[in-house]
Amino acid sequence: MTRILGFWRSVVGKKVVMGATGLIMIGFVVVHMLGNLQAFLGSEKLNAYGALLHGPLHEVTLLLRGVLLAAVVLHIVAAVQLTLLDRAARPVGYARKVPQAATPASRTLRLGGVLLLAFIVFHLLHFTTGQVHPEFIPGDVYHNLVSGLSRPLVALFYIVSMLALGLHLYHGAWASLRSLGAAQPAPSPLHRPVARVLAVVVWLGFTIVPVAVLLGWLA
Amino acid sequence: MKLTLFVWRQPSGASSGQLVRYEAPDVSPDMSFLEMLDVVNEGLVLRGEAPIAFDHDCREGICGSCGLMINGIAHGPMKGTATCQLHMRSFKDGDTIYVEPWRARAFPVVKDLVVDRSAFDRIMAAGGFVSVSTGSAPDGNAIPVPKPDADLAMDAAACIGCGACVAACPNASAMLFTSAKVGHLQLLPQGQPERHRRALGMEAQMEAEGFGGCTWHGECQEACPKGISIDWITRLHRDFIAATVTQREESAADAGF
Ligand code: HEM
Ligand code: FES
Repeated sequence: MTRILGFWRSVVGKKVVMGATGLIMIGFVVVHMLGNLQAFLGSEKLNAYGALLHGPLHEVTLLLRGVLLAAVVLHIVAAVQLTLLDRAARPVGYARKVPQAATPASRTLRLGGVLLLAFIVFHLLHFTTGQVHPEFIPGDVYHNLVSGLSRPLVALFYIVSMLALGLHLYHGAWASLRSLGAAQPAPSPLHRPVARVLAVVVWLGFTIVPVAVLLGWLA
Repeated sequence: MKLTLFVWRQPSGASSGQLVRYEAPDVSPDMSFLEMLDVVNEGLVLRGEAPIAFDHDCREGICGSCGLMINGIAHGPMKGTATCQLHMRSFKDGDTIYVEPWRARAFPVVKDLVVDRSAFDRIMAAGGFVSVSTGSAPDGNAIPVPKPDADLAMDAAACIGCGACVAACPNASAMLFTSAKVGHLQLLPQGQPERHRRALGMEAQMEAEGFGGCTWHGECQEACPKGISIDWITRLHRDFIAATVTQREESAADAGF
Protein backbone atom coordinates (compact mmCIF):
# COMPACT_ATOMS: atom_id res chain seq x y z
CA MET A 1 0.00 0.00 0.00
CA THR A 2 2.77 2.46 0.89
CA ARG A 3 4.38 1.40 -2.37
CA ILE A 4 1.28 2.33 -4.37
CA LEU A 5 0.90 5.61 -2.51
CA GLY A 6 4.55 6.47 -3.05
CA PHE A 7 4.18 5.73 -6.74
CA TRP A 8 1.09 7.93 -6.98
CA ARG A 9 2.79 10.75 -5.09
CA SER A 10 5.79 10.82 -7.40
CA VAL A 11 5.77 12.90 -10.57
CA VAL A 12 6.80 9.99 -12.77
CA GLY A 13 4.24 7.71 -11.12
CA LYS A 14 1.49 10.23 -11.78
CA LYS A 15 2.50 10.44 -15.41
CA VAL A 16 2.32 6.64 -15.64
CA VAL A 17 -1.19 6.82 -14.19
CA MET A 18 -2.11 9.54 -16.71
CA GLY A 19 -0.83 7.42 -19.56
CA ALA A 20 -2.57 4.24 -18.36
CA THR A 21 -5.91 5.95 -17.71
CA GLY A 22 -5.56 7.77 -21.02
CA LEU A 23 -5.12 4.44 -22.82
CA ILE A 24 -8.20 3.03 -21.09
CA MET A 25 -10.18 6.04 -22.27
CA ILE A 26 -8.77 5.68 -25.78
CA GLY A 27 -9.97 2.06 -25.84
CA PHE A 28 -13.42 3.21 -24.76
CA VAL A 29 -13.49 6.08 -27.22
CA VAL A 30 -12.71 3.78 -30.17
CA VAL A 31 -15.43 1.28 -29.19
CA HIS A 32 -17.86 4.12 -28.56
CA MET A 33 -17.14 5.60 -31.98
CA LEU A 34 -17.78 2.27 -33.69
CA GLY A 35 -21.02 2.01 -31.73
CA ASN A 36 -22.13 5.46 -32.87
CA LEU A 37 -21.39 4.75 -36.50
CA GLN A 38 -24.16 2.14 -36.43
CA ALA A 39 -26.50 5.11 -36.68
CA PHE A 40 -25.75 4.99 -40.40
CA LEU A 41 -27.15 1.44 -40.50
CA GLY A 42 -30.57 2.67 -39.39
CA SER A 43 -32.52 3.16 -36.20
CA GLU A 44 -33.20 -0.57 -35.61
CA LYS A 45 -29.50 -1.43 -35.61
CA LEU A 46 -28.54 1.40 -33.28
CA ASN A 47 -31.41 0.79 -30.88
CA ALA A 48 -30.67 -2.92 -30.88
CA TYR A 49 -27.06 -2.17 -29.94
CA GLY A 50 -28.31 0.06 -27.10
CA ALA A 51 -30.69 -2.65 -25.95
CA LEU A 52 -27.86 -5.18 -26.02
CA LEU A 53 -25.68 -3.01 -23.77
CA HIS A 54 -28.49 -2.39 -21.30
CA GLY A 55 -30.04 -5.87 -21.55
CA PRO A 56 -27.93 -9.01 -21.83
CA LEU A 57 -24.65 -7.14 -21.36
CA HIS A 58 -25.91 -5.02 -18.46
CA GLU A 59 -23.36 -6.30 -15.95
CA VAL A 60 -20.51 -5.82 -18.38
CA THR A 61 -21.69 -2.28 -19.06
CA LEU A 62 -21.82 -1.51 -15.36
CA LEU A 63 -18.35 -2.90 -14.81
CA LEU A 64 -16.91 -0.91 -17.70
CA ARG A 65 -18.64 2.20 -16.42
CA GLY A 66 -16.90 1.70 -13.09
CA VAL A 67 -13.52 1.27 -14.74
CA LEU A 68 -14.07 4.34 -16.90
CA LEU A 69 -15.22 6.47 -14.00
CA ALA A 70 -12.12 5.50 -12.04
CA ALA A 71 -9.94 6.26 -15.07
CA VAL A 72 -11.54 9.66 -15.62
CA VAL A 73 -11.23 10.63 -11.97
CA LEU A 74 -7.58 9.53 -11.71
CA HIS A 75 -6.76 11.22 -15.01
CA ILE A 76 -8.29 14.51 -13.91
CA VAL A 77 -6.80 14.50 -10.41
CA ALA A 78 -3.34 13.75 -11.82
CA ALA A 79 -3.82 16.40 -14.54
CA VAL A 80 -4.71 19.07 -11.98
CA GLN A 81 -1.87 18.16 -9.62
CA LEU A 82 0.72 17.99 -12.40
CA THR A 83 -0.47 21.28 -13.85
CA LEU A 84 -0.10 23.02 -10.48
CA LEU A 85 3.33 21.50 -10.00
CA ASP A 86 4.46 22.51 -13.49
CA ARG A 87 3.20 26.05 -13.04
CA ALA A 88 5.01 26.40 -9.71
CA ALA A 89 8.24 25.16 -11.30
CA ARG A 90 8.56 28.38 -13.33
CA PRO A 91 7.41 31.34 -11.21
CA VAL A 92 9.09 33.91 -13.49
CA GLY A 93 8.50 33.45 -17.22
CA TYR A 94 10.49 34.56 -20.26
CA ALA A 95 10.01 37.82 -22.13
CA ARG A 96 10.68 35.81 -25.30
CA LYS A 97 10.06 32.09 -25.71
CA VAL A 98 9.90 30.42 -29.09
CA PRO A 99 8.67 26.79 -29.06
CA GLN A 100 10.99 24.51 -31.01
CA ALA A 101 9.15 21.20 -30.76
CA ALA A 102 5.92 21.66 -28.82
CA THR A 103 2.88 21.20 -31.09
CA PRO A 104 -0.52 22.91 -30.95
CA ALA A 105 -1.72 19.55 -29.58
CA SER A 106 0.81 19.41 -26.73
CA ARG A 107 0.22 23.04 -25.85
CA THR A 108 -3.56 22.69 -25.67
CA LEU A 109 -3.65 19.52 -23.56
CA ARG A 110 -4.83 21.39 -20.49
CA LEU A 111 -7.28 23.72 -22.16
CA GLY A 112 -8.58 20.83 -24.27
CA GLY A 113 -8.79 18.67 -21.16
CA VAL A 114 -11.03 21.19 -19.44
CA LEU A 115 -13.24 21.37 -22.54
CA LEU A 116 -13.41 17.57 -22.66
CA LEU A 117 -14.48 17.47 -19.02
CA ALA A 118 -17.25 19.95 -19.71
CA PHE A 119 -18.19 17.91 -22.74
CA ILE A 120 -18.31 14.63 -20.82
CA VAL A 121 -20.62 16.13 -18.19
CA PHE A 122 -22.93 17.66 -20.78
CA HIS A 123 -22.86 14.55 -22.94
CA LEU A 124 -23.91 12.28 -20.07
CA LEU A 125 -26.76 14.62 -19.08
CA HIS A 126 -27.72 14.80 -22.74
CA PHE A 127 -27.77 11.23 -24.05
CA THR A 128 -27.41 9.01 -20.98
CA THR A 129 -29.73 10.53 -18.39
CA GLY A 130 -31.56 13.04 -20.60
CA GLN A 131 -31.76 15.96 -18.14
CA VAL A 132 -30.63 18.50 -20.72
CA HIS A 133 -32.41 16.78 -23.63
CA PRO A 134 -35.91 18.22 -24.14
CA GLU A 135 -37.13 15.32 -26.31
CA PHE A 136 -35.49 12.45 -24.45
CA ILE A 137 -37.14 9.03 -24.78
CA PRO A 138 -35.40 6.38 -22.62
CA GLY A 139 -34.29 3.47 -24.81
CA ASP A 140 -34.87 5.16 -28.18
CA VAL A 141 -31.21 5.87 -28.87
CA TYR A 142 -31.67 6.81 -32.51
CA HIS A 143 -34.46 9.28 -31.82
CA ASN A 144 -32.49 10.88 -28.98
CA LEU A 145 -29.41 11.17 -31.14
CA VAL A 146 -31.08 12.73 -34.15
CA SER A 147 -33.39 15.07 -32.24
CA GLY A 148 -30.59 16.07 -29.85
CA LEU A 149 -28.12 16.92 -32.59
CA SER A 150 -30.67 18.72 -34.76
CA ARG A 151 -30.11 21.79 -32.64
CA PRO A 152 -27.23 23.60 -34.39
CA LEU A 153 -25.68 24.99 -31.19
CA VAL A 154 -25.64 21.56 -29.55
CA ALA A 155 -24.18 20.00 -32.71
CA LEU A 156 -21.55 22.74 -32.82
CA PHE A 157 -20.54 22.00 -29.23
CA TYR A 158 -20.13 18.33 -30.17
CA ILE A 159 -18.09 19.24 -33.24
CA VAL A 160 -15.75 21.59 -31.36
CA SER A 161 -15.32 19.10 -28.52
CA MET A 162 -14.33 16.37 -30.98
CA LEU A 163 -11.69 18.69 -32.40
CA ALA A 164 -10.31 18.98 -28.87
CA LEU A 165 -10.46 15.19 -28.54
CA GLY A 166 -8.57 14.70 -31.79
CA LEU A 167 -5.83 17.11 -30.67
CA HIS A 168 -5.68 15.52 -27.22
CA LEU A 169 -5.22 12.11 -28.83
CA TYR A 170 -2.66 13.27 -31.38
CA HIS A 171 -0.42 14.05 -28.44
CA GLY A 172 -1.78 11.66 -25.82
CA ALA A 173 -1.89 8.42 -27.79
CA TRP A 174 1.80 8.87 -28.54
CA ALA A 175 2.79 10.23 -25.12
CA SER A 176 1.01 7.54 -23.13
CA LEU A 177 3.26 4.77 -24.44
CA ARG A 178 6.28 6.87 -23.48
CA SER A 179 4.90 7.51 -19.99
CA LEU A 180 4.31 3.79 -19.59
CA GLY A 181 7.90 3.15 -20.66
CA ALA A 182 6.60 0.99 -23.49
CA ALA A 183 7.69 3.08 -26.48
CA GLN A 184 10.72 1.75 -28.32
CA PRO A 185 13.71 4.02 -28.89
CA ALA A 186 13.42 5.79 -32.23
CA PRO A 187 15.71 7.92 -34.39
CA SER A 188 13.10 10.70 -34.34
CA PRO A 189 11.11 10.16 -31.17
CA LEU A 190 8.69 12.97 -31.96
CA HIS A 191 7.31 11.18 -35.03
CA ARG A 192 4.02 9.47 -34.30
CA PRO A 193 2.44 7.84 -37.33
CA VAL A 194 0.06 5.62 -35.33
CA ALA A 195 -1.18 8.41 -33.06
CA ARG A 196 -1.70 10.62 -36.09
CA VAL A 197 -3.92 8.06 -37.82
CA LEU A 198 -5.78 7.27 -34.60
CA ALA A 199 -6.44 10.95 -33.91
CA VAL A 200 -7.78 11.58 -37.40
CA VAL A 201 -9.92 8.43 -37.42
CA VAL A 202 -11.43 9.19 -34.01
CA TRP A 203 -11.99 12.83 -34.88
CA LEU A 204 -13.70 12.01 -38.19
CA GLY A 205 -15.59 9.01 -36.81
CA PHE A 206 -17.25 11.12 -34.13
CA THR A 207 -17.64 14.34 -36.09
CA ILE A 208 -19.43 12.71 -39.00
CA VAL A 209 -22.47 11.97 -36.82
CA PRO A 210 -23.48 15.55 -35.84
CA VAL A 211 -22.52 16.70 -39.33
CA ALA A 212 -24.74 14.03 -40.88
CA VAL A 213 -27.66 15.08 -38.69
CA LEU A 214 -27.18 18.74 -39.55
CA LEU A 215 -27.06 17.90 -43.26
CA GLY A 216 -30.18 15.77 -42.97
CA TRP A 217 -28.46 12.47 -43.81
CA LEU A 218 -29.78 10.97 -40.59
CA ALA A 219 -33.41 11.71 -39.85
CA MET B 1 27.48 44.18 -37.41
CA LYS B 2 25.32 46.51 -35.37
CA LEU B 3 23.04 44.87 -32.83
CA THR B 4 20.52 45.94 -30.23
CA LEU B 5 20.47 43.85 -27.07
CA PHE B 6 17.88 43.53 -24.36
CA VAL B 7 19.68 41.93 -21.44
CA TRP B 8 18.23 40.82 -18.12
CA ARG B 9 19.93 42.82 -15.34
CA GLN B 10 19.37 41.87 -11.73
CA PRO B 11 21.90 42.97 -9.09
CA SER B 12 21.24 39.98 -6.81
CA GLY B 13 18.85 37.13 -6.19
CA ALA B 14 17.00 39.16 -3.61
CA SER B 15 16.46 42.23 -5.78
CA SER B 16 14.13 42.64 -8.72
CA GLY B 17 15.40 42.78 -12.27
CA GLN B 18 14.52 44.11 -15.70
CA LEU B 19 15.52 43.95 -19.34
CA VAL B 20 17.99 46.73 -20.18
CA ARG B 21 18.68 47.94 -23.72
CA TYR B 22 22.27 48.06 -24.98
CA GLU B 23 23.65 48.97 -28.39
CA ALA B 24 26.49 46.82 -29.71
CA PRO B 25 27.71 48.87 -32.67
CA ASP B 26 30.80 46.92 -33.66
CA VAL B 27 30.27 43.17 -33.59
CA SER B 28 32.30 40.82 -35.77
CA PRO B 29 30.44 37.79 -37.20
CA ASP B 30 33.42 35.67 -36.12
CA MET B 31 32.92 36.44 -32.43
CA SER B 32 31.27 33.86 -30.26
CA PHE B 33 28.17 35.02 -28.42
CA LEU B 34 30.15 35.23 -25.18
CA GLU B 35 32.90 37.26 -26.86
CA MET B 36 30.23 39.65 -28.07
CA LEU B 37 29.10 40.02 -24.43
CA ASP B 38 32.74 40.52 -23.39
CA VAL B 39 32.98 43.44 -25.82
CA VAL B 40 29.74 44.94 -24.54
CA ASN B 41 31.08 44.53 -21.00
CA GLU B 42 34.32 46.37 -21.86
CA GLY B 43 32.21 49.29 -22.98
CA LEU B 44 30.19 49.14 -19.77
CA VAL B 45 33.30 49.07 -17.61
CA LEU B 46 34.77 52.06 -19.48
CA ARG B 47 31.57 53.96 -18.81
CA GLY B 48 31.82 53.02 -15.14
CA GLU B 49 28.81 50.68 -15.21
CA ALA B 50 28.66 47.16 -13.80
CA PRO B 51 29.44 44.52 -16.43
CA ILE B 52 26.81 41.93 -17.33
CA ALA B 53 27.39 38.81 -15.25
CA PHE B 54 27.17 35.49 -17.12
CA ASP B 55 28.52 31.99 -16.49
CA HIS B 56 31.25 30.50 -18.67
CA ASP B 57 34.35 28.39 -18.33
CA CYS B 58 35.74 26.18 -21.08
CA ARG B 59 34.21 28.15 -23.97
CA GLU B 60 34.53 25.05 -26.08
CA GLY B 61 31.17 23.44 -25.48
CA ILE B 62 32.20 20.75 -23.00
CA CYS B 63 31.92 22.07 -19.46
CA GLY B 64 28.26 23.07 -19.31
CA SER B 65 28.88 26.36 -17.52
CA CYS B 66 27.43 28.66 -20.14
CA GLY B 67 23.77 28.88 -20.95
CA LEU B 68 21.56 31.77 -22.00
CA MET B 69 18.07 32.12 -23.33
CA ILE B 70 18.70 33.90 -26.62
CA ASN B 71 15.68 35.30 -28.44
CA GLY B 72 13.48 32.75 -26.71
CA ILE B 73 15.62 29.72 -27.62
CA ALA B 74 17.89 28.01 -25.09
CA HIS B 75 21.52 28.38 -26.27
CA GLY B 76 20.24 30.37 -29.26
CA PRO B 77 19.26 29.52 -32.82
CA MET B 78 22.05 27.06 -33.69
CA LYS B 79 21.08 23.43 -33.02
CA GLY B 80 23.35 21.17 -31.01
CA THR B 81 25.43 24.07 -29.77
CA ALA B 82 26.13 25.56 -26.36
CA THR B 83 26.05 29.35 -26.03
CA CYS B 84 29.85 29.57 -26.03
CA GLN B 85 29.98 27.83 -29.42
CA LEU B 86 27.27 29.99 -30.95
CA HIS B 87 28.79 32.54 -33.29
CA MET B 88 27.51 35.93 -34.26
CA ARG B 89 27.27 34.86 -37.90
CA SER B 90 24.03 33.20 -36.82
CA PHE B 91 22.61 36.74 -36.57
CA LYS B 92 22.06 39.54 -39.07
CA ASP B 93 23.20 43.14 -39.00
CA GLY B 94 20.54 45.21 -37.26
CA ASP B 95 19.08 42.30 -35.27
CA THR B 96 17.52 42.78 -31.86
CA ILE B 97 18.53 40.05 -29.41
CA TYR B 98 16.84 39.26 -26.09
CA VAL B 99 19.17 37.66 -23.56
CA GLU B 100 17.60 36.12 -20.46
CA PRO B 101 18.74 33.73 -17.74
CA TRP B 102 17.41 30.15 -17.43
CA ARG B 103 14.05 30.44 -15.69
CA ALA B 104 13.08 27.84 -13.10
CA ARG B 105 12.17 27.83 -9.44
CA ALA B 106 14.97 25.33 -8.91
CA PHE B 107 17.49 27.61 -10.67
CA PRO B 108 17.33 30.88 -8.71
CA VAL B 109 19.03 33.89 -10.28
CA VAL B 110 22.31 34.77 -8.57
CA LYS B 111 23.03 37.87 -10.60
CA ASP B 112 22.02 39.09 -14.09
CA LEU B 113 22.30 36.00 -16.32
CA VAL B 114 23.88 33.72 -13.71
CA VAL B 115 21.65 31.12 -12.09
CA ASP B 116 22.40 28.66 -9.30
CA ARG B 117 22.29 25.14 -10.77
CA SER B 118 23.38 23.27 -7.65
CA ALA B 119 20.01 21.49 -7.75
CA PHE B 120 21.63 19.36 -10.48
CA ASP B 121 24.51 18.50 -8.16
CA ARG B 122 22.07 17.32 -5.51
CA ILE B 123 20.26 15.14 -8.07
CA MET B 124 23.63 13.60 -8.94
CA ALA B 125 24.43 13.04 -5.28
CA ALA B 126 21.15 11.13 -4.95
CA GLY B 127 22.38 8.27 -7.14
CA GLY B 128 24.23 9.45 -10.22
CA PHE B 129 27.29 7.36 -9.44
CA VAL B 130 28.46 3.80 -8.92
CA SER B 131 29.89 2.80 -5.58
CA VAL B 132 33.27 1.11 -5.80
CA SER B 133 35.88 0.49 -3.22
CA THR B 134 38.80 2.74 -3.92
CA GLY B 135 42.26 1.32 -4.33
CA SER B 136 44.48 0.67 -7.28
CA ALA B 137 42.91 1.31 -10.67
CA PRO B 138 41.21 -1.80 -12.10
CA ASP B 139 42.45 -3.30 -15.36
CA GLY B 140 40.89 -1.80 -18.45
CA ASN B 141 38.18 -3.99 -20.01
CA ALA B 142 38.21 -6.32 -17.00
CA ILE B 143 34.43 -6.13 -17.16
CA PRO B 144 33.20 -6.72 -20.72
CA VAL B 145 30.59 -4.25 -21.97
CA PRO B 146 28.73 -4.93 -25.23
CA LYS B 147 29.67 -2.31 -27.81
CA PRO B 148 26.06 -1.17 -28.53
CA ASP B 149 25.49 -0.64 -24.79
CA ALA B 150 28.72 1.30 -24.44
CA ASP B 151 27.76 3.51 -27.38
CA LEU B 152 24.28 4.13 -26.07
CA ALA B 153 25.55 4.85 -22.56
CA MET B 154 27.97 7.36 -24.07
CA ASP B 155 25.09 9.16 -25.80
CA ALA B 156 23.56 9.93 -22.40
CA ALA B 157 26.89 10.45 -20.66
CA ALA B 158 27.50 13.29 -23.13
CA CYS B 159 25.24 15.45 -20.93
CA ILE B 160 27.24 18.45 -19.73
CA GLY B 161 24.62 19.52 -17.19
CA CYS B 162 24.10 22.96 -18.67
CA GLY B 163 20.39 23.08 -17.79
CA ALA B 164 19.11 24.00 -21.25
CA CYS B 165 16.55 21.16 -21.01
CA VAL B 166 15.05 22.75 -17.91
CA ALA B 167 15.20 26.22 -19.43
CA ALA B 168 13.44 25.14 -22.63
CA CYS B 169 10.79 22.97 -21.01
CA PRO B 170 7.43 24.72 -20.58
CA ASN B 171 7.18 22.90 -17.23
CA ALA B 172 10.77 23.60 -16.15
CA SER B 173 11.17 19.85 -15.85
CA ALA B 174 14.57 18.25 -15.28
CA MET B 175 13.54 14.90 -16.70
CA LEU B 176 15.99 14.95 -19.61
CA PHE B 177 18.95 15.71 -17.34
CA THR B 178 17.86 13.23 -14.67
CA SER B 179 17.05 10.47 -17.15
CA ALA B 180 20.41 10.88 -18.91
CA LYS B 181 22.27 10.76 -15.61
CA VAL B 182 20.29 7.71 -14.46
CA GLY B 183 20.26 6.06 -17.87
CA HIS B 184 23.90 5.80 -18.82
CA LEU B 185 24.73 3.90 -15.63
CA GLN B 186 21.73 1.56 -16.00
CA LEU B 187 23.22 0.24 -19.25
CA LEU B 188 26.57 -0.71 -17.77
CA PRO B 189 27.39 -3.73 -15.62
CA GLN B 190 28.86 -1.46 -12.95
CA GLY B 191 25.53 0.30 -12.61
CA GLN B 192 23.43 -2.79 -11.92
CA PRO B 193 23.71 -3.24 -8.13
CA GLU B 194 22.24 0.21 -7.46
CA ARG B 195 19.89 0.51 -10.42
CA HIS B 196 16.63 0.62 -8.45
CA ARG B 197 17.75 2.97 -5.75
CA ARG B 198 19.32 5.18 -8.42
CA ALA B 199 16.07 5.51 -10.40
CA LEU B 200 13.96 6.11 -7.29
CA GLY B 201 16.48 8.31 -5.50
CA MET B 202 17.29 10.65 -8.35
CA GLU B 203 13.63 11.00 -9.32
CA ALA B 204 12.76 11.86 -5.73
CA GLN B 205 15.53 14.46 -5.51
CA MET B 206 14.44 16.00 -8.81
CA GLU B 207 10.98 16.45 -7.32
CA ALA B 208 12.30 17.79 -4.04
CA GLU B 209 14.20 20.48 -5.94
CA GLY B 210 10.94 21.81 -7.38
CA PHE B 211 11.32 20.91 -11.05
CA GLY B 212 8.14 20.22 -13.04
CA GLY B 213 6.97 17.01 -14.72
CA CYS B 214 7.32 15.84 -18.31
CA THR B 215 4.43 16.49 -20.71
CA TRP B 216 6.41 15.17 -23.71
CA HIS B 217 6.54 18.50 -25.50
CA GLY B 218 10.02 17.52 -26.76
CA GLU B 219 11.46 21.01 -26.20
CA CYS B 220 14.35 19.61 -24.12
CA GLN B 221 15.87 17.41 -26.81
CA GLU B 222 15.71 20.27 -29.32
CA ALA B 223 17.53 22.55 -26.86
CA CYS B 224 20.16 20.01 -25.75
CA PRO B 225 23.61 20.97 -27.09
CA LYS B 226 24.50 17.29 -26.99
CA GLY B 227 21.41 16.07 -28.82
CA ILE B 228 20.24 13.82 -25.98
CA SER B 229 16.95 12.15 -26.92
CA ILE B 230 13.68 11.98 -24.98
CA ASP B 231 14.04 8.20 -25.35
CA TRP B 232 16.06 8.49 -22.14
CA ILE B 233 12.98 9.80 -20.35
CA THR B 234 11.06 6.75 -21.56
CA ARG B 235 13.85 4.57 -20.16
CA LEU B 236 13.65 6.35 -16.81
CA HIS B 237 9.90 5.72 -16.69
CA ARG B 238 10.55 2.03 -17.37
CA ASP B 239 13.23 1.89 -14.67
CA PHE B 240 11.02 3.73 -12.21
CA ILE B 241 8.14 1.30 -12.79
CA ALA B 242 10.48 -1.69 -12.47
CA ALA B 243 11.99 -0.32 -9.28
CA THR B 244 8.56 0.24 -7.77
CA VAL B 245 7.20 -3.18 -8.78
CA THR B 246 10.17 -5.28 -7.71
CA GLN B 247 11.15 -3.01 -4.84
CA ARG B 248 14.31 -5.04 -4.52
CA GLU B 249 16.14 -3.36 -1.69
CA GLU B 250 19.83 -3.76 -2.29
CA SER B 251 21.46 -4.34 1.02
CA ALA B 252 23.91 -1.74 2.23
CA ALA B 253 26.70 -4.28 1.72
CA ASP B 254 25.64 -4.82 -1.92
CA ALA B 255 25.93 -1.16 -2.64
CA GLY B 256 29.28 -0.85 -0.96
CA PHE B 257 28.21 1.57 1.75
C1 HEM C 1 -11.84 14.39 -18.66
C2 HEM C 1 -11.20 15.44 -18.95
C3 HEM C 1 -9.72 15.40 -19.29
C4 HEM C 1 -8.76 16.21 -18.75
C5 HEM C 1 -8.98 17.29 -17.72
C6 HEM C 1 -7.50 15.82 -19.34
C7 HEM C 1 -6.31 16.45 -19.09
C8 HEM C 1 -5.07 16.02 -19.54
C9 HEM C 1 -3.82 16.70 -19.32
C10 HEM C 1 -3.64 18.02 -18.56
C11 HEM C 1 -2.84 15.95 -19.88
C12 HEM C 1 -1.33 16.26 -19.85
C13 HEM C 1 -0.72 15.89 -18.53
C14 HEM C 1 0.69 16.36 -18.37
O1 HEM C 1 1.59 15.69 -18.87
O2 HEM C 1 0.93 17.40 -17.75
C15 HEM C 1 -3.47 14.80 -20.48
C16 HEM C 1 -2.83 13.78 -21.13
C17 HEM C 1 -3.47 12.70 -21.74
N1 HEM C 1 -4.83 12.52 -21.90
FE1 HEM C 1 -6.25 13.63 -21.06
N2 HEM C 1 -7.70 14.79 -20.19
C18 HEM C 1 -9.05 14.50 -20.21
C19 HEM C 1 -9.70 13.55 -20.99
C20 HEM C 1 -9.06 12.60 -21.76
C21 HEM C 1 -9.74 11.63 -22.61
C22 HEM C 1 -11.25 11.54 -22.82
C23 HEM C 1 -8.75 10.85 -23.15
C24 HEM C 1 -8.82 9.66 -24.07
C25 HEM C 1 -9.77 9.37 -24.86
C26 HEM C 1 -7.49 11.33 -22.65
C27 HEM C 1 -6.26 10.81 -22.97
C28 HEM C 1 -5.05 11.33 -22.58
C29 HEM C 1 -3.79 10.69 -22.84
C30 HEM C 1 -3.57 9.37 -23.55
C31 HEM C 1 -2.80 11.55 -22.31
C32 HEM C 1 -1.28 11.36 -22.34
C33 HEM C 1 -0.77 10.96 -21.00
C34 HEM C 1 0.73 10.92 -21.01
O3 HEM C 1 1.38 11.92 -21.30
O4 HEM C 1 1.26 9.87 -20.72
N3 HEM C 1 -7.70 12.40 -21.82
N4 HEM C 1 -4.84 14.87 -20.26
S1 FES D 1 31.53 27.57 -21.44
FE1 FES D 1 31.89 25.45 -21.22
S2 FES D 1 30.25 24.63 -22.35
FE2 FES D 1 30.05 26.74 -22.79
